[in-house]
This record gives sequence, structure tokens and C-alpha cells, in this order.
Amino acid sequence: MKDSLRNIGAVVRRETIGFFASPVAYVFIIIFLLLAGFFTFMVSGFFQRGQANLEPFFVWQPWLYLFLVPAVAMRMWSEERRLGTLELLFTMPITPWQAIVGKFLAAWLVVAVALALTFPLVITVNYLGNPDNGVILAGYAGSLLLAGAYLAIGAMMSALTRNQVVSFILAVVVCLFLVLAGWPPVTDLLGRYAAPWLVDAVASFSVMTHFQSILKGVLDSRDLLFFASVIVFSLFTTSVILRTYRAG
Amino acid sequence: MVEVKDLRKEFGPKVAVDGISFSVAKGEVLGFLGPNGAGKSTTMRMITGFIPPSDGRVTVGGFDMAEQPVDAKRLIGYLPENAPAYTDMTVHGFLTFAAELRGLSGDAKRKAVDRVVEMCFLEAVLHQSVETLSKGYRHRTCFAQSILHDPPVLILDEPTDGLDPNQKHEVRTLIRRMGESKAIIFSTHILEEVEAVCSRAIVIDRGRIVANGTPAELKRRSPRAGVVIVRFAAPTDAAAKLRTISGVESVDPLDGEPAFAVRGRNGDLGTAIYDLAVSERWKIADLHAQEGRLDDVFRSITQPDTKEVTAR
Ligand SMILES: Nc1ncnc2c1ncn2[C@@H]1O[C@H](COP(=O)(O)OP(=O)(O)O)[C@@H](O)[C@H]1O
Ligand SMILES: [Mg+2]
Repeated sequence: MKDSLRNIGAVVRRETIGFFASPVAYVFIIIFLLLAGFFTFMVSGFFQRGQANLEPFFVWQPWLYLFLVPAVAMRMWSEERRLGTLELLFTMPITPWQAIVGKFLAAWLVVAVALALTFPLVITVNYLGNPDNGVILAGYAGSLLLAGAYLAIGAMMSALTRNQVVSFILAVVVCLFLVLAGWPPVTDLLGRYAAPWLVDAVASFSVMTHFQSILKGVLDSRDLLFFASVIVFSLFTTSVILRTYRAG
Repeated sequence: MVEVKDLRKEFGPKVAVDGISFSVAKGEVLGFLGPNGAGKSTTMRMITGFIPPSDGRVTVGGFDMAEQPVDAKRLIGYLPENAPAYTDMTVHGFLTFAAELRGLSGDAKRKAVDRVVEMCFLEAVLHQSVETLSKGYRHRTCFAQSILHDPPVLILDEPTDGLDPNQKHEVRTLIRRMGESKAIIFSTHILEEVEAVCSRAIVIDRGRIVANGTPAELKRRSPRAGVVIVRFAAPTDAAAKLRTISGVESVDPLDGEPAFAVRGRNGDLGTAIYDLAVSERWKIADLHAQEGRLDDVFRSITQPDTKEVTAR
């Protein structure tokens, strides 16, 4: 257990160094903040709405993350395969799980830093009005879980190929699918042709459904379970893909 | 320290390693020889636990690689082919990371990194990004990583590949020195390296072991081994008399010289020829027994249709 944490810690440190040595982390954080600002203030009209909450900030995140998060995840395993360092990593006295979890956590940390840097928004709404800070906190938790789900999917796709571009595109497509399955325009369209239970079943696989439910301010165990399952399933699949790759 | 039993690896229909067994003890330096594509790297990847074998087993220091991979890997230092390293780190960062994965921390970690930096002459590039290193330095950085934890087992896949002659010499010296206290397996296709470094060599060809012995034993398999060359000061027609020496199998004149290559089973061929020359009053300019050459052996046992050397 102690060894396990130590190994995961070493991998997290290495990956974080990698993120901040290459411009990936900075580019991600800056673009994220710029786009989040753009959508919140220009598109949603944060000030014009006259409401003290962060909904205009959070509603865009499934779309914003759709392109930004796979960009953080795309190098995770592709680069290891391309450089051949996978061979070093997997002949070290650590388990594949420790490496997989360590890399995932490091990427998550980068997203968390970006998210944390949006704190001026929280201060602003508290200054201008009387927001429900519990709802805001739930929004941040949901946003982090959403990013985690995208990241885990990105990790899985990057294990598939040594090419980062391919890995990025695959991750975007899969994430897009998970968004659209619960996006109202799509569910409405589906509702015209399919039975309501089917539409609900499809929508229950969507990150959109669960994210929006969290945004309402309640951390329902079903929503938490959904994001946790997506993450665990994707990371598990990552381990299977890597094992298959090693076996040749 | 390392036991390999009936190791086999198939990639789809292709058999890369086809039933290899051997063992390496502490204090041994085992050279792994073979043409490109023979299966050297694949075998090493299975020994180090990177790829799972299709069949057979590997034990390192008593730990089965399939059942207790982490315990087995702890004992191994590994330099993969082409010396991969994280290009987005500095040499120091990379070695520190490797030391942490090896379970070192604090003072022990710092000391281990300092020790290999000194051993591998990396001071000059310590804070340089791995991406900008020359091939020789990158190779040494990856090599340094493999000896960080002073492992009892060292597996080196072409450790001198891409180094200049001086660096090659340094690495060989290092391997030989470390071989006194470790079990080392290293692959190469440079034959002189085997003679310079190995206590034993295994030649593999198309996934199978075709020879296993000390470099001297291997050399004796050379068709050249034990042939005595005698060169006279003046032309003679000594051939007929040389053939009468007991045990002599053939006497071949060398082109354009008053010299002969005498091949025979007699262990003291040189002395016998000398005695004959003295009694016949032939003046000898040169008399020496030829050493076997590894490249002859290598060529003859790793080619498909010339297996007679192995058969003998
Ligand atoms: N991952 C792989 N997938 C398919 N074939 C492979 C793979 N790795 C090695 N091979 C094949 O196995 C054979 C042995 O390769 P290798 O062990 O690298 O040889 P060597 O190191 O002796 O040059 C080669 O024919 C190579 O093409
Ligand atoms: Mg090779």
C-alpha cells in the first residue's frame, strides 16, 4: 500500500513535470480561461442576466472540455509508445495500474488547476449578489468529474495508438457521442421516433444528463456513480489495451 | 540468478523466439549474439517482463516473472534497445524519476543519482533536456538509469550501439568490471565485443540457440582454428614431406609464397613441423598456429545451409 502510493506519486510528479515542461499545461490553462470567459460573459451574458449564480459558466463546459481535455490526454500513452519509454516504465518494479492511475491523476491535476483559476468568478458573484455557494461547489465538483470522465476516455484512446493526432480525434469523437446522447436537441429528435424508455436509456449514458443534474446543486449518488464508472471502465480498458499491445 | 526455460514467442503466425533455455549465474557475463531479427530483443523483453511469453517461463533471483513480476523486476536493471528516455525531462530529472520508481528516496536517492552520473560521465549534461542530447549521451543516460539501484541482474540490449570507439571501450570496461559481481546479459552483433567482455556466449538464429559456450570454445569451432601456417625463407617443395607428419589432414600451399597451411588433428603440429624443418634444414621465416575467428563461426552457424560446423 505504501509502495503503491509512493509509485503513483512518482508517476504523478514525472507527468506533471512533463506537462509543465512542454507548453501543454500552459496552453490548456490559458485557452481554457479565455474560452470560459468568452462563453460566460459574451455568449451567456453573465452580467446582463442579473442572477447571482455560475450557471452561465458551467453550462458550456461539456462543449468546452470536448476539445480541450482530449488535448491534455492525447499524449498520455501515445508518447510512451512513440518514444519507447513504455518499455522502461513497464520493466520498473511497479504495476501497470500504478502507472495508469498516476498518469491519469497528473492530467486531472492540470485540469483542476485550470478550474481553480476561475475563482475570481466565485468572488464576483459573491460580491454582486447572494449566490447559493453549495450549488457553486456542486458545479465545480461536477465539472471536475466531467473532465475526469473525458480524461479517462482520452487515456484509453491514447493507449490505442502512437500517434497523438489520431488519439485526439478518437477521444473527441467518443466524448462527443457521450455528450450528444443526452443533449436536448438530440433527445427531442430521438423522442419522435423511439419509445421514451429507449430515449431515457440512451440519455442515461450521457455525461450531459448527469452533469446537468449535478448543476442543479444536488450530488446524487447515481450521478457520482456514473462518472466513477466511466473513469474506472476507461482506465481498466486502458490497461487491457496496453497489455494487448505488449503481448504483440 | 536468471533462468530461462523453453521460452517461446509468437507474433501472429511469426515465431520470433522458438524454445530458448539457458541460465546465467552471478559473476557471469553472457553475450547474446545473432543476426538482426534473430530474436535477441524479444527474448530480453520477455526476461525483463515487458512482453509476456507465449510459452515457457523466466525466473529472476527465484521469482517467477509471470507470478511475482514486481519482485523479479526489482532485481533487474534494463537498458532497452535504442535507449529510450523521456525527452521532456532533464537528465537529472529522468534519473531522479527512475530512482524513485526503484524505491529510493531522500539521501539514498541523491547518492544513487550522483554515483551513476559520475560512472557514466554525465556531469556536463546533467541539467540539459534529454531531447537535445547527442546519441551517445542519451545512450549513457539510459544506461545510467539501469544501474541506479546497483541491481544483481543487468540486461543490456545492444549497449554499445551508436557509441564512438572510445565510448564503446568505456562501456565494455564497465560491463566487464560489473560482471564480477552481477549476472549480466547483453546482446550485440559486434563479435570483438564478445571476446572482450563475455565469459560465455550464446548464438541465436531465427529464434533458436545454435551455439552456447565460452568465446574460446566457440572459436575452436572455426574451420580456421588450429591450422598452422609455416612460411619458409626460400621456396621449397616441402608439401609432400609435411603430409607425412602424423595426424596431418591437409597441406595447402599459400598463393605466391613459399608457405603452407597445415591442417591436422595433432595437438603439437607446430612442434612437429619445426622438428621436421630442422632435420630437413629448411629455414623457417614464420611459424604460427591460427586462432579461430568468431566471425567465421558466426557466419557458418547462422546461415541456413551451412550447418556442418554445428554438427561436428
Ligand atoms: N511487436 C512485434 N510484432 C511483430 N513482430 C515482431 C515484434 N517484435 C519483434 N518482431 C519480429 O520478431 C523477430 C525478432 O525480432 P527481435 O527480437 O527484435 O530481433 P533482434 O533483436 O535479434 O534483431 C523479427 O523478425 C521481428 O520482426
Ligand atoms: Mg534487437
